[in-house]
Amino acid sequence: MTAETQAQPTQAQAGTELGRARLRKEDARLVTGQTTWTDNLILPGMLHVAYVRSPFAHARITRVDVSGALQSPGVIAAFSGTDFSGEQGSLPCAWPVTPDIVIPAHPPMATDEVRYVGEAVACVVARDRYAAADALEAIDVDYEPLPPVLDIRTALDESSPKVHEAGNKSFEWVFGNGDIDAAFRDAPVVLERNYRQQRLIPSAMEPRAVVCSCVGGEFTLWSATQIPHVLRVMLALVTGIPEQNIRVIAPDVGGGFGSKLQVCAEEVLALLIARKLGRPVKWTESRSEGNLTVHHGRDQWQRIRIAADRDGRLRGLSVDLLADMGAYLMLVTPGVPLLGAFMFNSIYKMDALSFRCTGVFTTKMPTDAYRGAGRPEATFGIERIMDDLAFELGIEPLELRERNWIKHEEFPYTTIAGLTYDSGNYEAATARAKELFGYDELRVEQEQRRDSHDPVQLGIGISTYTEMCGLAPSRVLGSLAYGAGGWEHASIRMLPTGKVEVVTGASAHGQGHETAWSQIVADKLGVPFEDIRVLHGDTQVSPKGMDTYGSRSLTVGGVAVHGACEKVIAKAKVIASAMLEAPPEEIEFSAGKFSVRGNDAVARTIQEIALATFAAHDLPDGVEPNIDSDATFDPDSFSYPHGTHLCATEVDTETGAVKIRSYVAVDDVGKVVNPLIVDGQVHGGLAQGIAQALFEEAIYDDEGNLTTTTMADYLLPSAADLPHFTTGRTETPATTNPLGVKGVGEAGTIASTPAVVNAILDALRPYGIRDVVMPCTPERIWRALKTAQDSGPGTQVTGDSATEAHGAVGHVSGEDAAEAHGSDAAPTNGGQALGGAE
Amino acid sequence: MTRITVKVDGVSYEDDVEPRLLLVHYLRERVGKTGTPIGCDTSNCGACTVHLDGVSVKSCSVLAVQADGSEITTIEGLANGEWHPLQQAFHSEHALQCGYCTPGMIMAAADLLRENPDPSDDEIREGLEGNLCRCTGYENIVRAVRRAAGTGVTSA
Repeated sequence: MTAETQAQPTQAQAGTELGRARLRKEDARLVTGQTTWTDNLILPGMLHVAYVRSPFAHARITRVDVSGALQSPGVIAAFSGTDFSGEQGSLPCAWPVTPDIVIPAHPPMATDEVRYVGEAVACVVARDRYAAADALEAIDVDYEPLPPVLDIRTALDESSPKVHEAGNKSFEWVFGNGDIDAAFRDAPVVLERNYRQQRLIPSAMEPRAVVCSCVGGEFTLWSATQIPHVLRVMLALVTGIPEQNIRVIAPDVGGGFGSKLQVCAEEVLALLIARKLGRPVKWTESRSEGNLTVHHGRDQWQRIRIAADRDGRLRGLSVDLLADMGAYLMLVTPGVPLLGAFMFNSIYKMDALSFRCTGVFTTKMPTDAYRGAGRPEATFGIERIMDDLAFELGIEPLELRERNWIKHEEFPYTTIAGLTYDSGNYEAATARAKELFGYDELRVEQEQRRDSHDPVQLGIGISTYTEMCGLAPSRVLGSLAYGAGGWEHASIRMLPTGKVEVVTGASAHGQGHETAWSQIVADKLGVPFEDIRVLHGDTQVSPKGMDTYGSRSLTVGGVAVHGACEKVIAKAKVIASAMLEAPPEEIEFSAGKFSVRGNDAVARTIQEIALATFAAHDLPDGVEPNIDSDATFDPDSFSYPHGTHLCATEVDTETGAVKIRSYVAVDDVGKVVNPLIVDGQVHGGLAQGIAQALFEEAIYDDEGNLTTTTMADYLLPSAADLPHFTTGRTETPATTNPLGVKGVGEAGTIASTPAVVNAILDALRPYGIRDVVMPCTPERIWRALKTAQDSGPGTQVTGDSATEAHGAVGHVSGEDAAEAHGSDAAPTNGGQALGGAE
Repeated sequence: MTRITVKVDGVSYEDDVEPRLLLVHYLRERVGKTGTPIGCDTSNCGACTVHLDGVSVKSCSVLAVQADGSEITTIEGLANGEWHPLQQAFHSEHALQCGYCTPGMIMAAADLLRENPDPSDDEIREGLEGNLCRCTGYENIVRAVRRAAGTGVTSA
């Protein structure tokens, strides 16, 4: 493999640091409470901001009177949207996915119309947070309610009220490859399914917080953000404040999961308020405020058609998505569902793929990136329909997958979506997962329970996934109309005392970059792990970067660190050559030492070179006294981790209760820098994916009020709600970067949701149930069973009917959905198997 | 304003506070104990867990005036020269990622071990269900608490 052959000859301590389960450097400040969260900051003279937010999903603002608030004790100022007219600009959308996309103006503070509950309409600035909150009541806002738009399946009807004057359609994006008509024409088996991706709330544990100071026209903005660098550029573009006068600092950030990959209204307003008042300001959201106004995730209706031969060979896949944008397009809102376009085909070979996505406006909080962003939706769609196809054809579901997946000897393989997967071994990951899971034994037990009509049925769920991550190749992102590049930057500073500072443009918020980057540098430069300090998250300290999201930090940012190390070695070698009195081509570098080939008795350490460079007394003529180095890495390719997840659920057919009995995740993320961190990423990813399957949903009522504004209503799982996870790994190095690494941050979330739902349905199929809408609550499962029982044997119950019976607001049957869902080929036969040639 | 006397992490304080002031805001903004973070406003997440007279409470659900005359231990007062066994165990088992829930999780776990010095995995999971973590999936938190229990820690 490229990774190995490139890495071996020059690595200083190969095998001693990479792959080592180093405990994290970050932990010392976190376990002792010494961390600097944004909300911990107190600046002299700092004021507190609180917002009046719209109680209506859709309304015209007819009057805002803030004067009452000014009478309240401790209030310094109060503002409405018109106070910021001319300076607040419009919150940016950096991903205009089509030339004719509708991107409505999105003022940080609404001026004439509000389009979701929670949209900011006024604010109070006061001496402390209590005084600010008290004064909110004294602000009068008059609204003229307008009809809300809450269902993307009817929002495109002529008769629907409009969210924006331009209508409710933002864009339609189509993509395809191969002859899709030929693939479906005369196909022996065609299945069509409608799946629901519910709306989710990312729920990082740290609420958003912003502190901003303005001194002499120079701004420093601290924010709980994933993207200090992107934020700085965007703040400059939105407000017109010169970029060089804005410094953004992301201190320790308490999780993001995509939710802090945003340019928030409150960040822009913090700048403007600090400028108006000449005093530092702070805003920290409450959880309820956050659930309303931190961007949401997912929210799609998926119509998927698959064509196959009787032996299970896939012919074609046709995907038609309706994606809820919410009220506005935020930073990457429209691009999120499109990241799934290239992933619906997943690890499978097929003749044709077609994809269409329609982005639809509603009067809800905008959606945007949430862990996985587009790829969990795609993986859910394909893995669900693969199980349905296996059932339809009477083929063992793992066997059906194996018949279609790319064989390990076929890599690199260019998929029907046009992506070239560099490496992978689906056979190995699946074999390992089956072994850890006890797959064959569980199938036997499942049969026994079915035969004995055990009220607790066993289901086995499969998810064989890959994903594209490490966002990345700037050219590809450009071809997708993304507004920025995908490179990452790193600097290595060799200090006179032999210690090393690493500056990275990746901006960690829990991932452990300080530890992992130290390992990469220790391995490459041969300096002790403890002697390395990693700096990040401050645009003044780390001036270049593209930040952290899309499982990109290691595969792009870590590789940039590796590249900067190589440049340090190359520069140091020139100086070592002079010190060792041998030509550079005879100098070797190993384990942190330079020596003349064939004579390692006399050596100079890289720390000695650093000191000699600092002194600069005896450097050769023309040699710059500096071995510090920068590198910017822009990969040629995305990263394609993969794996096989197996889930066993016990479903109580009398109560609908689901218990995950065992969960095995075998992931192949290429070379592993730190197995502790990799396992931790997988664990957390699993928890979020399982939570989508079983627990979480953002629910709006008929009037567009979010009813899940607290963690009592929006059900984040606790330790008692989740099972023990068994993780395993196979290691197929990436060939597209010198470390051989692949991304891991989102893999667990992407893979796990379909594994759990497939397991539930595997338990319920004998009852004629083939869908339960997520989250698969006991009530929904119980109602599906009840409906099946009432309908008699031989009928197929879809989760759609389960949902209908459930009567949850915001859910309508999927069959209705299909009718409202676009104009072409409404599903026939209730979405069951079409075709059926012998 | 009401005058309260409290001892926080071994130091006595006398302060005039508004009767409505939450204990967590008192700790963070008056005493400067920012090691205790706030994760929600509805006592669901447990990030703000501290010990009030030796028993874990969610400090967003206690008024500062209710703590009058009490002794409070926060994450910042847990170490005694060297890290508390739970702090060490959370580090050793990689039981934290972003670390935002960690102070509350450790304080809740300390109280759990006080009540049940040798809990099973299920007892740990049940015992910590009032503390939410979004990063770890709890797998390593359970391991860390088990590890700390193995060291014989029974109180903070």
